[in-house]
Amino acid sequence: MIIIGEKISVIAKKVREAMNARDPKPIQELANAQWKAGAHFIDVNTGPAEEKGEELMTWMVQSIQAEVHAPLCLDTTNASALEAGLKAHNNQWGRPLINSTSNDPERFGMLELAAKYNAQIVALTVGKGGLPADAEERCGIAAEIMARAAEFGVPLEDIFLDPLILQVCTTQDQAMHSIKAIKMFQELNDPPMKTVVGLSNISNGVPKNMRGLIDRVYLTLLMYEGLTAAIMNPLDKELMDTLKTTDVFLGKTLYAHSYLEM
Amino acid sequence: MAYVVPKESCSGKVLNVDFGKGNKALNIGGENCLPFLSFEGELPNRPVIAYEIQDIPPVDWPDTVQNAYKDVSGDPVTWAKYCQNELKAKAIALRLVSTHPDRDNHSAEDAAITIKDVLSAIEVPLIILGSNHIEKDATVLVAAAEAASGYNCIIGKAQEGNYKTIVAAALAHNHKLIAMSELDINLAKQLNILITQMGFDKEKLITDPMCSALGYGLEYTYSVMERIRLAGLMQNDATMQPPILGDVGMYVWKVKETVASESDVPEWGTLAERGVAWEAMTATGMIIAGTNLLIMRHPKAIETVEKTIAELI
Repeated sequence: MIIIGEKISVIAKKVREAMNARDPKPIQELANAQWKAGAHFIDVNTGPAEEKGEELMTWMVQSIQAEVHAPLCLDTTNASALEAGLKAHNNQWGRPLINSTSNDPERFGMLELAAKYNAQIVALTVGKGGLPADAEERCGIAAEIMARAAEFGVPLEDIFLDPLILQVCTTQDQAMHSIKAIKMFQELNDPPMKTVVGLSNISNGVPKNMRGLIDRVYLTLLMYEGLTAAIMNPLDKELMDTLKTTDVFLGKTLYAHSYLEM
Repeated sequence: MAYVVPKESCSGKVLNVDFGKGNKALNIGGENCLPFLSFEGELPNRPVIAYEIQDIPPVDWPDTVQNAYKDVSGDPVTWAKYCQNELKAKAIALRLVSTHPDRDNHSAEDAAITIKDVLSAIEVPLIILGSNHIEKDATVLVAAAEAASGYNCIIGKAQEGNYKTIVAAALAHNHKLIAMSELDINLAKQLNILITQMGFDKEKLITDPMCSALGYGLEYTYSVMERIRLAGLMQNDATMQPPILGDVGMYVWKVKETVASESDVPEWGTLAERGVAWEAMTATGMIIAGTNLLIMRHPKAIETVEKTIAELI
């Protein structure tokens, strides 16, 4: 499982303050902690970042990669900020991941950037109008995005299809639709398409003390269907232990009594 | 369209371990492909075969292999020099059989003297093995590590029941270490984890998943070795990337095919050839499974396996 550490987000007050003050230390510490905990990518969510977006993203990428030798997942809707991030990214530690394109024409520019900078890209299976109703509709949208990616020259193996996880507390039936989509996405190509989810969306809106449990169980079900990557919190030890244990059951990790410590 | 050979690439790599010193030092491991599949990756080092000698005359070895050393095996220094100078051994494995409580119960201090004598007589790298007695090895190998300080030896074997003291000694005197478990891949991984958690560098470890002779469980050893390699290479499991040891000789030269006389079983053919073939076949199975270091006894068997390696590489 590819782990994309989600903690560096403009939504978090501490991160937002550090971003605004251009204070690298709290951001570097958070990046380093996630990396040490097993994250393969560090997500860098600067939000819409309309003002000084390019300069902010460049600063974020350089600050983080000065400390952490891992590729980054660049998460912004601002295309010019994204491009600045791709330019600043040190590919010595791996190719960057763009988060994200979709079937909305406004997001097609992201595919162009992926091709231009040889980046991987998350593709949300949503279009301009409304949320997808079920797994089949998600697959239809995925196929359209895949065709579009081919036009832009983005190889299919560089795309991570994201079924868009919705919160279980308001749209309970969508939980299974997304799981089914993970299974179906893989069948859209040979070799199978890669998949990704923003895991914590599932527990948005539920009482805080239940979120961990809901994330853990849902991750297990997604992994069973072959999930490639998750944007998640690697600092959540119980979640990481669940992931490692699921990998043991799936035969992806060799069992030893100390497997949780590895 | 021209046929393209499908290639599998591995995300992991077997760790490179060096032992010995000077221009006779050796490297094992370092490959990022399955055994001998050099068209799929890098295979920097060929498997190494070490000649096994003992600290006392090998009276318990079958005649076929005892005879091969009959003029030199009276003392370990002469034996070691013979292997190095006459047989052109690239490495020697000294087994401290005499320290076993059921044999001569020699002390750790006696063993230390033997080790120093052997080390000062040879230039090729030395592997130092205990008598495979859990408690006794814990004292003998500690003394051995100290006696061989500065020679960059391989010492072993550290097992679940005695690894702590042996690891500490190998760490203190900068030796490589054999971690042995009994035909159980999960315990092999666990032991490697426990040893590295003591601060021992995984780049200094060698895994011995336990050998067995052809006809006596070779397929279990083969399977465990193969799965270790697949975990290390395909799943990039860092705990399963040390080179693998096949301690072949001691398991082969006791089975009835290497001992039974021609008059008892005439249909089995010449005893002398039978034993050599048995050791060579067992060792060949091991290298195909991924063994990087073999410990063997009969010169003719070693010669045969060296030839096979040369043809495979």
